[in-house]
Amino acid sequence: MYLLLAQITVAHYLVVGAVLFVTGVLCMATKRNAIGVLIGIELVLNGANLNFIAFGSKYLRHDTLGFDGQLIALFVIVLAAAEAAVALAIALNFYNNHTTIDVDKAEDLKG
Amino acid sequence: MAEFFVDRLSLSAPVGYTLAALIQCVLIVALIGVAALLFIWMERKISGRIQDRWGPNRVGGKFGWFQTLADGMKLLTKEDLAPKDAQVILFRLAPYVSFAASFSAYLALPFADGWVIAPMTMGLFFILAVLGLEVFGVILGGYASGSKWSLFGAIRQAAQVVSYEVPLAMCAVVPVFLCGTMDLVAIGEKQAGLFTNWLVFHDPFTFVIFWVYFTCTVASVNRSPFDLPEAESELVAGFLTEYSGLRWSFFFMAEYSSMLLVSGLAAILFFGGWNGPLPIFHCIGWAYQQSETTWRLTGYLANLAGCVNFLAKAVLGVTVMMWVRWTLPRLRIDQVITVCLKYCVPLAAICFVGALMWQTLAWPSPNDLVPVTPAGKAGVREQWVLQQAKNAGRENLVGVSGPATDMPVTDIVVRPLEQEGGEG
Amino acid sequence: MMLLATLDWYSLFFLLFALLTCGFAVGVLFSDNIVHMAFYLTLSLGSCAGLFFLAGAPFVGAMQLMIYVGGTVVLLAFGVMLTANANFSSLRIPRGGWVVSLIVGGLLLVLLLTAALRVESWRTPRDEAVLPLAEVQTATVLGAGLTGVRVDKLHEDDPVTRRGMSGYLLPFVIISVHLLVVLVGAAYMARTRIYRRSASGNPRSRTG
Repeated sequence: MYLLLAQITVAHYLVVGAVLFVTGVLCMATKRNAIGVLIGIELVLNGANLNFIAFGSKYLRHDTLGFDGQLIALFVIVLAAAEAAVALAIALNFYNNHTTIDVDKAEDLKG
Repeated sequence: MAEFFVDRLSLSAPVGYTLAALIQCVLIVALIGVAALLFIWMERKISGRIQDRWGPNRVGGKFGWFQTLADGMKLLTKEDLAPKDAQVILFRLAPYVSFAASFSAYLALPFADGWVIAPMTMGLFFILAVLGLEVFGVILGGYASGSKWSLFGAIRQAAQVVSYEVPLAMCAVVPVFLCGTMDLVAIGEKQAGLFTNWLVFHDPFTFVIFWVYFTCTVASVNRSPFDLPEAESELVAGFLTEYSGLRWSFFFMAEYSSMLLVSGLAAILFFGGWNGPLPIFHCIGWAYQQSETTWRLTGYLANLAGCVNFLAKAVLGVTVMMWVRWTLPRLRIDQVITVCLKYCVPLAAICFVGALMWQTLAWPSPNDLVPVTPAGKAGVREQWVLQQAKNAGRENLVGVSGPATDMPVTDIVVRPLEQEGGEG
Repeated sequence: MMLLATLDWYSLFFLLFALLTCGFAVGVLFSDNIVHMAFYLTLSLGSCAGLFFLAGAPFVGAMQLMIYVGGTVVLLAFGVMLTANANFSSLRIPRGGWVVSLIVGGLLLVLLLTAALRVESWRTPRDEAVLPLAEVQTATVLGAGLTGVRVDKLHEDDPVTRRGMSGYLLPFVIISVHLLVVLVGAAYMARTRIYRRSASGNPRSRTG
C-alpha cells in the first residue's frame, strides 16, 4: 500500500513493467492462436521497454541511464515491429498450409 | 493560458491548470462542432452546384443556412439500434474511439504563433501518430457490427490507411528536414515573410510533394475518390451500415474534424501556417518580435489575424477535398493500393531526395529574389546543437568514431551550413 | 478546491495510466476472442505510451503510439481475416494448463516484484524539484544520438562518464539494414500464391 501513497519512484514503473511481462509470458503460454502468441510477445517487449524508460527518466532518479534508456527503447520498438511483420508473414503462410492458426497443429515439423 | 491563471489571477497551480485544460477542451469541441456544421452545409451546396442544382435553399433563409441543424435534429431523434449479431460493447464504443482520436490530434496543432494547447517538440509526429488511431474505431465498428458489409469496409479501411501512412509520413518529413525541427510552431515561424518563403514554393520538389501529401491525406481520411470503406454502390454503407442516429453522426464528425486537421497541417507544413501572403503585421510592427515575451494588444491582434488566416487556409483545403469528391469517380480497391505503392511512394521518395538536395546544395529558391528578409522568429532553433555545446563550455568533442580528437565543435555540427554558404 | 490543490498530479496520472496498462494487459490474457485481445492490447499499449510521456520520454511515447498501435491495426485486421470462419471455442487450452501457467506466472511475478522492491535506491524518489514537463527537449538529442553525436553527454566533466559519446550510429545502421531485409523477407513470405488450374484440374502453384 505504501507504493500507492509514496512519491512515484523507479520501483513503481518496475512493478507495472513486471505485470506487463508476466501477463505477456502467460499469454504466450496459454494462447493456442498464433496471433495471440504474437500479442503476448508484444506485451513482454513493452514491459522491458517500460523498465528502460524508467531507469532513463530524470524525473525519477539522479544517476539515470539518461538518453541511453530512451535510445534502447526506440531500438526495441523498431525491432518489435520487424518481428511482428515476420511473425505475421509466418502466420499467414501457416494459415495457407493448414487453414488454421492453431499453433498446436504445427506438429508436422516433429522429427 | 495556465500561466495566465496562475500568475495574473493568483490561483493555485492545479486549479489554474485544470481551468485552462477545461477551457481549451471546450474551445476545441466548439471548433469541431462549428466546423462540422459548416462543412456539411458546404458539402451540400458544393455538390449541388457541381451537379447543376441549387442544393439546400429552404431551411433558414435563402441559402439554407440551418439545413445542418435540421439534419442534426433528425439524427438525434433517430433510434439508437444495435443489430442482433453485434458485439454490443465494441459496437457502442467504436464511434467514440474514432472521434477521440481525431479530437486529441488537435492537442498539438498550433492555430497561430504560439497558440497551441500542448507545445511539443515533436508535434508533427504526435499528430501523425494519433491520426493513425482513428482507423481503430472504424475497424472495431466494422467488426463488431456483425455484418458482412461492415466487415469488408473495415478490412478495406485497414489496408488503405496502413499503406497510405507510408507516403504520408515521407511527405510530412520533408518540411521537417527543411526547417530542422518537428515543432509545428517553429515550422510555421520559419515561413514568415512573403509568400515566396512558403515551403510549397521552396523548390519544384516541394511543390510536387505537396500534391502527393494532399492525395495521401484524402486517402487517409477516406474521402472520395478513396472512400472505399463506405463505398455505397458496392457495400451499402461500408462500416457505417449498421449505425444510426448519434453514433453515426460521431463517425461523421470524426471524418470532418480530421479533414480540417489534415488541411490545417498542410497549411502549416507547406503554406506558411498563420503567415499571410504579405507580412503586413510584421511591416507595421504589430507582430511579436523574436525575444518578446510580454503580452500586448497589437501582438494579440496580429496573432488573431494569423489565426483567421490559418483557419481560412484550412477551410480552403477542405473545400478542395469536397471539389475533388464530387468530381472524380471512386477507384477500385486494387487501384487504390496501386496509386499508393506504385505512384505515391516512389514520387514521395524522389521528391524527398530532391528537396534535400536542393536545400543542401543551396540551389536558388523564389525567396532569394525577394530583397526583404523575414522579420519573424525564424532561424532560432537552427543552432540548437551548437548552443548546447557552447553552454557546456566544451571546446573539444569526441568525434563520431573512436577517441577524442581536437576537432572543434563547429567542424562537426556546422559543416552543412558552411557548405551551403560556400557553394550558394 | 482544497482537494485539487493538495493532490499530487504526477502520482494521480501515474496511477491512472498504470492501472489502465495492467488492467488491459490482464484483459488480453483472459479474453478468447482475437479481436478483443487486439483491442485490449491497443489500449494497454496506449496507456503505456502515457507512462512514457509521464517519465519524460515524449518522443518514445509518440513512437509507441505510431509504430506499436499501427502494428496492432494490422494484427487486428489479420486476426479478423484469419479467424473469420474458424471455431473460436476450439482454440482454448485445457483447464489444467491454465492452473499450471497461473501458478508459474504468479511465482514469476512474485520474483520480479521482490527484485524490484528490494533495491533501496530504486525506491527513493528524487528529492529536489524536478523540471516542468514542458521543458523536455528530446527529439533533437535522440536524433543526434542516433547519428553518432551524443549532445547530452557534453556537460559531463568526468571522461569516464563521457565514454560512449560516440553514440549509436553503428546499431542504427545495422537495424536499418535489418529492417530492409525483414521487409523484403516478409513481403516474399506473405506473397499471394496464385493458384492456376492446369488442364488436369490439379491446382499448381505459380511461384513468384
